[in-house]
Amino acid sequence: MAALKRKGRQTKWGHKHLLGLRELSREEITYILDTAEGFEQISTRSVKKAPPLRGKVVVNLFFEDSTRTRNSFALAANRLSADIIEFTKKSSSVSKGETLLDTARNLEAMGIDIVVIRHEAGGVPKFLSRNIKACVVNAGDGYCEHPTQGLLDVYTIRKIKGSLDGLKIGIVGDIAHSRVARSDMWAMTKLGAEVILVGPPTLMPGEVGRLPVQVSYSLDEVIEQVDVINMLRIQFERLGGNPFPSIREYSHYFGLTVERMKKAKSDILVMHPGPINRGLEMESEVADGSNSVILEQVTNGLAVRMAVLFLVNQAAAMKV
Amino acid sequence: MGSGLLIRGGRVIDPANGVDRECDVLVIDGKVSQVGEIASSAEGAAERVIDARGKIVAPGLIDIHVHFREPGDEEEETIASGSGAAVAAGFTSVVCMPNTKPAIENETDVEFIHRKGRQTRKTHVYTMGAVTKGREGVELAEMGFMADAGALGFTDDGRGVQDPAVMLRALKYAGMFDVVIAQHCQDDSIGGKGVMNAGYYSTILGLPGIDPLAEEAMLWRDIQLVKKTNVRYHAQHISTSGSVGLIRQAKKDSLPITCEVTPHHLLLTEECCTEYDTNYKVNPPLRRAEDVEALKEAIAEGLVDALATDHAPHLQSEKELEFLAAPFGIASLECALGLYVKALLEPGIVDWPGLIRLMTSGPAGVIGIDKGTLGVGGQADITIIDAGAEYQIDAGTFRSKSRNCPYHGWAVKGRVEKTIVGGEVRFEL
Repeated sequence: MAALKRKGRQTKWGHKHLLGLRELSREEITYILDTAEGFEQISTRSVKKAPPLRGKVVVNLFFEDSTRTRNSFALAANRLSADIIEFTKKSSSVSKGETLLDTARNLEAMGIDIVVIRHEAGGVPKFLSRNIKACVVNAGDGYCEHPTQGLLDVYTIRKIKGSLDGLKIGIVGDIAHSRVARSDMWAMTKLGAEVILVGPPTLMPGEVGRLPVQVSYSLDEVIEQVDVINMLRIQFERLGGNPFPSIREYSHYFGLTVERMKKAKSDILVMHPGPINRGLEMESEVADGSNSVILEQVTNGLAVRMAVLFLVNQAAAMKV
Repeated sequence: MGSGLLIRGGRVIDPANGVDRECDVLVIDGKVSQVGEIASSAEGAAERVIDARGKIVAPGLIDIHVHFREPGDEEEETIASGSGAAVAAGFTSVVCMPNTKPAIENETDVEFIHRKGRQTRKTHVYTMGAVTKGREGVELAEMGFMADAGALGFTDDGRGVQDPAVMLRALKYAGMFDVVIAQHCQDDSIGGKGVMNAGYYSTILGLPGIDPLAEEAMLWRDIQLVKKTNVRYHAQHISTSGSVGLIRQAKKDSLPITCEVTPHHLLLTEECCTEYDTNYKVNPPLRRAEDVEALKEAIAEGLVDALATDHAPHLQSEKELEFLAAPFGIASLECALGLYVKALLEPGIVDWPGLIRLMTSGPAGVIGIDKGTLGVGGQADITIIDAGAEYQIDAGTFRSKSRNCPYHGWAVKGRVEKTIVGGEVRFEL
């Protein structure tokens, strides 16, 4: 395995947690991607398993609905021979009763090694990492970060385009409430791409001008320029109030339609973090079309998550 | 009783009476009897002589914005623990906020607070009442009965009165009793679900923000209502440069409007939230460095009437939560003076008389009590301060029941040495 062959060299990864991509360097992100490349072929073998996490316990601590991320982490842990506990609970943002920390400390008392956490509140992985000894991997925290999604997105782009340097990438939709947009933005810009955030002003986050990106309210203008377009899912559960007048109007301005695709570069990559609202963010024909790499993203997610679990565990072992 | 107290040789600072000089203070029967050079023959009348040379002798400090959590959350704080903390911090009078459980909304509630305060025998404990029943912003609470029982003003603090018609009615009605209506300015339709300042940091931290506009929109609205009613209005814990501008104009227009500023809005910024440490979660939220500067400028200009801690104790178990879920509030009563010295005195924004005015006659004026001075014949509430003493804030030693203090470990100057309430030494170092 490429990842293991690198042992002789100086390790470029020393974090026992993966909390977000904002705090990582280009070199660290690249190191994860390189490690993931080495893990990719495990999934193509007849025996889809390798031993690096044998005897380790990974807990999937999910306080928010998720199917693909949770399953992807579970499968990644399985392929690395870890034992996995599934813990799913609707989060209760109350200050009395059993707290998040109580839950985590109880799990820790059972002897877990890695906590994969998803929570509706931004900062929860960081908060946990300060308070428990196990490795913490962020599987999405509020609208702060979703680092493994960001990693699999840049992994997918890098695999097809060779490099992100100089690429123009559009991220379209509800930027304000999107952890995917944030993790993508950090990873993509660190790897040398130019990012344009696209959406209505009501779905742009505060002081967006201070982020290392451009902002556009016109998908029509952006679609002509970009090498990659990432269409975010409209998350109705997070939208407060009435940020756009109707779904029809939103789709009219910000949906990726067959018509709009005609103006795009012929080799544009169309991405979506899933699950797709067909006909809303993009028309089915685009989602299933030849430029779409949506299913490749899912496949690559597995290798990326294997790499992340492997690396945080390795860093924890070195720190003992 | 006839117990006398002679405070010798301190730097007596009594801003309300324009006093700042080295002299003596004689207290007889719990009242200030004489301020000046007192002959040693008078020492006979004094049961105790306090040597205050090298120290500041000031009117007792007043905090018009504290949360003592009683009734309802006695695990966090009680009137006894809170006023114990207050007296150790040099405060001789505090005003409790009515957002208890249940809210302070009738005369019986007001009397309960007063009784608990009297029984504790630490500071004078006053309270404001709720503007609306249950602090729900719908129906007026019994402001008249509460005012008669001694409530010093009305606020739904923790929340602003959202409905402009209700606020207008509250101001009009309060006009009958010569009390102040205090407001936690925050329009929930703009800032409702936020947990920190809206801006760059809320964006990168992925937390819902409270836009400065939420505060400014309500303050602007209230100023229009005050123009119409001319009833005393107090803007609590203002936190943005926009609010400073509104207050500046309102004072220029000679409206009966006062305002207060907290230590945290003078010392901390939104950037403090970067590590999701919930001890920095406070409402109104910590703002930008520009806002801190604007507040300091406002103080330098004399636009701010009072410093107030907004002492908001919470249990560690409550603060050990997700940033989104943890309660708002900072416990800072016990280190307040040192914090103000650091924020305002050390950078030269105010001098000692200026600082003491903002902690004595200033706040007394806001709530309309005859305190905060060393005027002869007045109740002898006196605080003796060692201005040069440096110490390290240790939340572990707080008399308050809570430890949610982001200043833990800070080195500050200005230590309270003795606190005298009604002629009785209630605290000494």
